[in-house]
Amino acid sequence: MEAIAAEVRPEGETGAGYAGRIFRQIQHIIDDTGGQAGGLIRVLQQAQGLIGYLPEPVLKTISRDLKIPLSEVYGIVSFYHFFTMVPKGRHVIQVCLGTSCYVKGGEKLLASLKKDSGLEPEGMTSDRRFSLETVRCLGACALSPVMTVGKDIHKKVKPSDIKELLSQYK
Amino acid sequence: MKRVSSIAQLEEIKARVRPLLQVREDPDYAHIRRAPQIDILVCRGTGCTAAGSAEVEEAFKSEIGRGKLEVKVNTVKTGCRGFCEKGPNVVVAPGDILYTGVKASDASEIVEKHLLHFEIVERLLYRDPQTGKAIAPSHEIDFYKKQRREVMYLNGLIDPWSIEEYIAYDGYRALVKALLEMRPEDVLEEVRKSGIRGRGGAGFPTATKWGFVRNASGDEKFVLCNGDEGDPGAFMNRSVLEGNPHSVVEGMVIGAYAIGNVRQGYAYVRAEYPLAIETLSHAISQAREYGFLGKDIMGTGFEFNIDVFPGAGAFVCGEETALMRSIEGKRGNPRQRPPFPATKGLFDKPTTLNNVETWSNIPRIILNGGEWYSSIGTKRSSGTKTFCLVGKINNSGIAEVPLGTPMKVLIFDIGGGCPEGKKFKAVQIGGPSGGVIPYHHIDVPVDYESVTALGAIMGSGGLIVMDEDNCMVDIAKFYLGFTMDESCGKCTPCRAGIPKMREILTKISQGEGTMEDLNILAELAEMVASVSLCGLGQTSPNPALTTIRHFRKEYEAHILDKRCPAGVCKALVAYHALEDKCLPCLEAVAGYDAGGYEAFKAALPQLVPERLVTKLQTSGCAVDLARFSLTVPARNGSCTKCTSCRLGTAQMVSILDDIATGTGEPEMLDLLFELSGTMRVASECPVGKTAPSIVLFTLEHFRKQYEEHVLDKRCSAGICHKALSYHQVCPLRAGVPT
Repeated sequence: MEAIAAEVRPEGETGAGYAGRIFRQIQHIIDDTGGQAGGLIRVLQQAQGLIGYLPEPVLKTISRDLKIPLSEVYGIVSFYHFFTMVPKGRHVIQVCLGTSCYVKGGEKLLASLKKDSGLEPEGMTSDRRFSLETVRCLGACALSPVMTVGKDIHKKVKPSDIKELLSQYK
Repeated sequence: MKRVSSIAQLEEIKARVRPLLQVREDPDYAHIRRAPQIDILVCRGTGCTAAGSAEVEEAFKSEIGRGKLEVKVNTVKTGCRGFCEKGPNVVVAPGDILYTGVKASDASEIVEKHLLHFEIVERLLYRDPQTGKAIAPSHEIDFYKKQRREVMYLNGLIDPWSIEEYIAYDGYRALVKALLEMRPEDVLEEVRKSGIRGRGGAGFPTATKWGFVRNASGDEKFVLCNGDEGDPGAFMNRSVLEGNPHSVVEGMVIGAYAIGNVRQGYAYVRAEYPLAIETLSHAISQAREYGFLGKDIMGTGFEFNIDVFPGAGAFVCGEETALMRSIEGKRGNPRQRPPFPATKGLFDKPTTLNNVETWSNIPRIILNGGEWYSSIGTKRSSGTKTFCLVGKINNSGIAEVPLGTPMKVLIFDIGGGCPEGKKFKAVQIGGPSGGVIPYHHIDVPVDYESVTALGAIMGSGGLIVMDEDNCMVDIAKFYLGFTMDESCGKCTPCRAGIPKMREILTKISQGEGTMEDLNILAELAEMVASVSLCGLGQTSPNPALTTIRHFRKEYEAHILDKRCPAGVCKALVAYHALEDKCLPCLEAVAGYDAGGYEAFKAALPQLVPERLVTKLQTSGCAVDLARFSLTVPARNGSCTKCTSCRLGTAQMVSILDDIATGTGEPEMLDLLFELSGTMRVASECPVGKTAPSIVLFTLEHFRKQYEEHVLDKRCSAGICHKALSYHQVCPLRAGVPT
């Protein structure tokens, strides 16, 4: 539990206190949505929304309380791209490699991003500022190539724009 | 008391709200002088929001808040207008004046000129790419003029967050009509008469599907909405969910009523569409408030609810059985059919799954009658269909046309053709499950049968336009890479067959393919298509099959001539020296070979012919020449054996790229010098040793040009800043891919 806390907990919070609070909140999520149809996926989505990723102790709690075998919970987490068991940076960069972005140079964007920030897909910078993901089509094809940082969508990004673009995110 | 339980109450809302919206439909700009109100419609779809329409909306609000205006002005958030390329889009009504590419700083000018002095702000209008003429009213722009917007009609006209604005345009009128005046079988009959077919791709007649579920035994049935729009290049469903969510809700309630014994529906929307999930959820809660969802709808005792289920990012979940699994909270693995979902679907109960667009068509069919709907489009493919135009096309966005419209109209009349005067080559329809339609079939009417006859499928309607610079082998490889990643891995033909096919394509793209490979590919494709479990596997070979069928020559060029005609497949692009033009480079390299760096340096003035020096002094760019001289060893020459050559050239090219694009820094020049030195000393063979010659020469003799790039961010020769494609790199235009 200490381990989860160390990766993502906000500054100023103590490890044990943060973990305790998180687990209480997850308990609420399970109580509220666990009973609905497809409850497991919904619970996992909300838990990940809360912590940013799905560490093993959280999966164990969910498995225990929903009475679903841990293997099955893990099966879901590994099947859907949305779920991750690796902690994420403060800002998640997504580079679209859908067809339209591919045709318009998404690969070049990714290559230059890797070069500039030293990031690899599914990786995180050592200061936990950014993590990088690639996605298949964000549906903003008219604006390709597209990348998102957190909730912001950036359109028609050129490799040369990246440095300045990322400097807005601290 | 908001609950609506009679036609009279619905009419009352319409009578109250519609007059307030009248201005938005007024096409006459002249009316602005005496209009009682002016509406500023700001597109807040994902596309325009990404382009900054939230700030634009705020700017308009604060401008109007200053109180300079006498008339009432409303700023309205609307859904996607489909003209995403040009966003953020703002329409000022009356007159339907469309401003494109509006920035927050433009708001004051529009308010000052347009609203106060009734002058249109010309510089923000859309300009016809051919004639260059500015066009003010959006309905006069070719992109809109040639469309028939039925599904998309209210997109951009109403505020998707307001149920009353939807009701003002006869929203929920169809539901009231169905519930109060029609029996479920009449509703089904009306849908049958319309001839509407599934808009998700396969084109199965909707009424037949509903009929199966209706006739299936069981007292608990489900209706589902498929909003897992995973095809790259398709975003029409998102646009409907964000711009007109109530039409989907209304359609689903009507469907539930027609099928009977349905009390619960789910809308499965992919997680990548947060705004769509939010808008739809809001619409559902509003519909509940007004009594269109929940218990005892319209006092008829009919009960129905909808839940939104956010997907979790798996393409295969767009397949019906996988989607149902996912809603059950399980892994989205498809299962064998039969039993079909119509008898055993979600939770093993009879279930119908329809696409967002299908659902949003239903209210209009009920309201206007099935015959009206079947009069649009062709006999076997009735109605309109939305298409997403993306890729190498001038007007990217969403276009809606009657089925049977020629592809040519979509691509050229509405889409405006390929940018930069490039030649149209092919269009991919139906995403990774579809195929390409080549230029010589551009006249094909877009309907389910004609598209299938060409080996593609209609799919959800994503049209990815490709021009002469796209390689068909590469595209096929790309799509198979996509389906390979997205295959759920359950059945062997798909799990093992797709990677195998992709392997062959990779081989061909690297110039190692044989004609026999094409046959194996065709055989594999047939196998994967016929024995895969679900639609993903069955349709996955389509991109490869159609590209082979329509562009066989291009495959043969890769296999027999070891050549990529589009210049995309890197392994096959080679640069050959043109004797009359490349002499300076070649001689410089030869000179170094002969006598080492010092001798080379001493010999340079003689080696480099005068015309190059003159050219560099007058109109050539040293940075550009240096970049070109390196691209050859960087991409093709280096055998990648020794690190200094492999990494050194790549590193130098990337530095020169930075300098050429204006992101270079002064220290980079020294770094270049150092790197050149390292390469000279540490590389094993002449290719690496001589690679930096031109860089060194230009650095030494044309340092001013470098400095101008890094300090003033300027290329006085006007060569840099252009697209960094190989063709443009060489100032002598010598780098011609063969």
